[in-house]
Amino acid sequence: MKSSDLAALLDEPACSHNLKSKSGCARPTPGATAGGCTFDGAQIALLPIADVAHIVHGPSGCAGSSWDNRGARSSGPALFKLGMTTDLSEQDVIMGRGEKRLFHAIKQVIDRYSPAAVFVYSTCVTALIGDDLEAVCKAATARWGVPVIPVDAAGFYGNKNLGNRLAGEAMLKYVVGGCEPEPPPVDPARPSLRVHDINLIGEYNIAGELWHTLPLFDELGLRVLCALSGDARFREVQTMHRAEATMVVCSRAMLNVARKLQESFGIPWFEGSFYGVGDVSSALRDFARLLDDPELSARTEALIAREEARLAVELAPWRERLRGKRALLYTGGVKSWSIVAALQDLGMHVVATGTKKSTEEDKERIKALMGEDAKMIEDGNARQLLNLARDYRADILIAGGRNLYTAIKARLPFLDVNQEREHGYAGYQGMVTLARQLTRALENPVWEAVRRPAPWTTLREVWHG
Amino acid sequence: MAKILGRSKPLAVSPLKTSQPLGASLAVLGLNRAMPLLHGAQGCAAFANVFLVRHFREPIPLQSTAMDQVSSIMGADDNLIAALKTIAEKNRPAAIGLLTTGLSEAQGTDIQRVLKVFRARHPEFQSVRIVPVNTPDFSGCLESGFAAAVEAMIDTWVLPTDEAGTTPGRRTHQVNVLCGSLLTPGDLESLRELIERFGLHPVLVPDLSDSLDGHLDAEDFSPVTIGGTPLSAFATLGDAAATLVIGPSLYSAAELLESRTGVPTHRFDHLFGLDANDRLTMTLAGIAGRGVPARLERQRAQLQDALLDTHFLLGQARVAVGADPDLLHAFSVLLAETGAEVVAAVASSRAAVLARTPLAQIRIGDLEDLEDLARARGAELVISNSHAAATAERLGVPLLRAGIPQYDRIGGYQSTWIGYSGSRQLLFDLANALLEQAEQGVAPYHSVYSRKADYRQEAGHGAAQALANSGRWH
Repeated sequence: MKSSDLAALLDEPACSHNLKSKSGCARPTPGATAGGCTFDGAQIALLPIADVAHIVHGPSGCAGSSWDNRGARSSGPALFKLGMTTDLSEQDVIMGRGEKRLFHAIKQVIDRYSPAAVFVYSTCVTALIGDDLEAVCKAATARWGVPVIPVDAAGFYGNKNLGNRLAGEAMLKYVVGGCEPEPPPVDPARPSLRVHDINLIGEYNIAGELWHTLPLFDELGLRVLCALSGDARFREVQTMHRAEATMVVCSRAMLNVARKLQESFGIPWFEGSFYGVGDVSSALRDFARLLDDPELSARTEALIAREEARLAVELAPWRERLRGKRALLYTGGVKSWSIVAALQDLGMHVVATGTKKSTEEDKERIKALMGEDAKMIEDGNARQLLNLARDYRADILIAGGRNLYTAIKARLPFLDVNQEREHGYAGYQGMVTLARQLTRALENPVWEAVRRPAPWTTLREVWHG
Repeated sequence: MAKILGRSKPLAVSPLKTSQPLGASLAVLGLNRAMPLLHGAQGCAAFANVFLVRHFREPIPLQSTAMDQVSSIMGADDNLIAALKTIAEKNRPAAIGLLTTGLSEAQGTDIQRVLKVFRARHPEFQSVRIVPVNTPDFSGCLESGFAAAVEAMIDTWVLPTDEAGTTPGRRTHQVNVLCGSLLTPGDLESLRELIERFGLHPVLVPDLSDSLDGHLDAEDFSPVTIGGTPLSAFATLGDAAATLVIGPSLYSAAELLESRTGVPTHRFDHLFGLDANDRLTMTLAGIAGRGVPARLERQRAQLQDALLDTHFLLGQARVAVGADPDLLHAFSVLLAETGAEVVAAVASSRAAVLARTPLAQIRIGDLEDLEDLARARGAELVISNSHAAATAERLGVPLLRAGIPQYDRIGGYQSTWIGYSGSRQLLFDLANALLEQAEQGVAPYHSVYSRKADYRQEAGHGAAQALANSGRWH
């Protein structure tokens, strides 16, 4: 990929990181890197598209150690779960046989698995040796009549976030607009209902949490044309251009997709979150506002009133148990405040929150929630997080899976709120799950056991007087 | 003996292979206060980290040189030097494993030379020991990467006898053990105890049982490994009475050690089953110059009993095995010993040992190959890593998880299958896996003349169809 193209991508006008002191995406430091590469980001963004064969074009390190490691779930096809790689050999690299191998690999996967489409991801080695991904994909599409989409997002282009964007670009360039949606089926119970089409961008259906919010949309008469990319199908991505409104869920990474859908097709969009009762309600209200349908607004308000009342009852016993517990939150971007709101709603005290990937706007919202002197953690390595937890007497660390064993080794209760988690916290019902998981972590009797010294060590003290 | 069939198709589906840099990282994690450094893009380290964390359920120290598009073309020497400096300064490790990746190898890096530049430029970090290893991920697999790292450790840190002033046998009780990647931390722990039973002092290289055994340390956090082979141990290897090497992938490293030090080597392909453990016991008794402890005799008798108890299930059982070469070889020999038949064998990569594996043929390939072969040959049990869970499910047969990664079970890294008692456990695990889905006896048959009123609940689809077709039951 040309560096001018990369520079253009890094300069995302809709991203507030571009303003103020933060440059678009920071460069990693050799010997002190954290987090995945561009290829990782592209793969994460698109892999949940379930009926697509995802081929990683590179040596074994890229797909070999990363396939089948995420919690995105599908309600149908399991094709996306199969790791596929051209697994280049030394000879392939030296003799330049990569393109040929890729071409035959595409045929192999079409013959055996009849995918709706094939996505081909470049990696560092194939980018370095100059394999022409686009040409191979074009030739393969022409030869076998199945869409073969190049995702040029080699690891060394940069960080994970850039990979998300490149993946989004590939969808815009090659997929979106590829076909028209069917008219929505008529609900026999509500035959006159005016159904609106919407997109969700950045919703990956981790642990199936999309299925917490989907019933709400059904009830409101909102058809999700495509969730990019949780439980998505290739055809759904092709129809994204026909949505009437887009929500960017909890992620700045694919803002470019929302922005370009607006530029090219006039689809309005907003950023929101499905974490916490207040945020779910305001996301639903934002849809009603953008779609400008009084009946929808009325339905939305009714649903919100009902669900919030139900939640108030259901959460009451959990709030009792969680009241006053002190949480140290270390996560990124939108979640740095959306989860604060959710935790406060449960009666917990958030002692500090991470702001590594947060914007000035995010920080303002944190201050509004936690007060002017809110403790913000700019760059929390493991040592710093543990020190903070000790200094602020945190009862629990709430962070991504990367910090799980750091907390565990320090005998500190932990809750995973990032993509590797095993529970869905989105939507109204997700809030109950969150409360349950928090108490499960906090109230477990093992914490006392693992902090208790061996009995003979205290005996020794007695002996030594 | 076995015929090796090369890779047969352009695309690997459900890869069995894990890359060389990851294997080398694992070996470095068996050193005390160590940090593996991958010379590649940041994703190289991130993927390896997530992979190892999921397997061991431990924090894993691992870093990268953060190569990007520009440094990949214009030269990444500065990245490498900067990374070494940052780690030496920030994390204060005793050792850094400097490992290449497909990216830096395709670029043509010369890590030995860059290391010299680093040493000249930063004498203040002289005390940090650095072992450079070439581990491109476009050749080999986890096992060969692990072996390359162990060999590099010996090459870098064990000096010839005359320079080091060592004498074979000066430490009369020391036994060096080169531990291949087929051994789990649980295996290593039991091996150490076994050697100590003979009054000997084992030095394990590398020692994952001391670093990744999953213990709760007094320290709440460490940026480098806690536990593992201490670097000081390498200077003593030349004084040992003997070296044991477990796993054919390490034979080359063992030869190097013997040629440097003159300490005699005893080779073991694996430590599964009666034969291998008889030989190990005799070897240890020989080195120690004493008899075999009574406890071991008892364990041997227990293993013999288990061979009998499990032979009803294991005899002629049809097994599919997908693994790195050493582990595949080990299982093939053990299963042959129990009368089971390996009907499908897939190795992740080529290795010399496969030629003498007691099987008709071995395919170099992926889990899709294993699935096809297993289906065609009617396998009743799959032995492979956690990735094969879906494979086994589609085949409708049980999976015995072995090798790396094991992320859908807790404690897979601690399973202990070596020695007499470990082998007994392995036989039990194999037999129980088969028992889980064993079809007992003959499937019910329903006579078309039968007037059993409750046939519909019991009847299989075929029988019900036959009855329906007979037309007399409507």
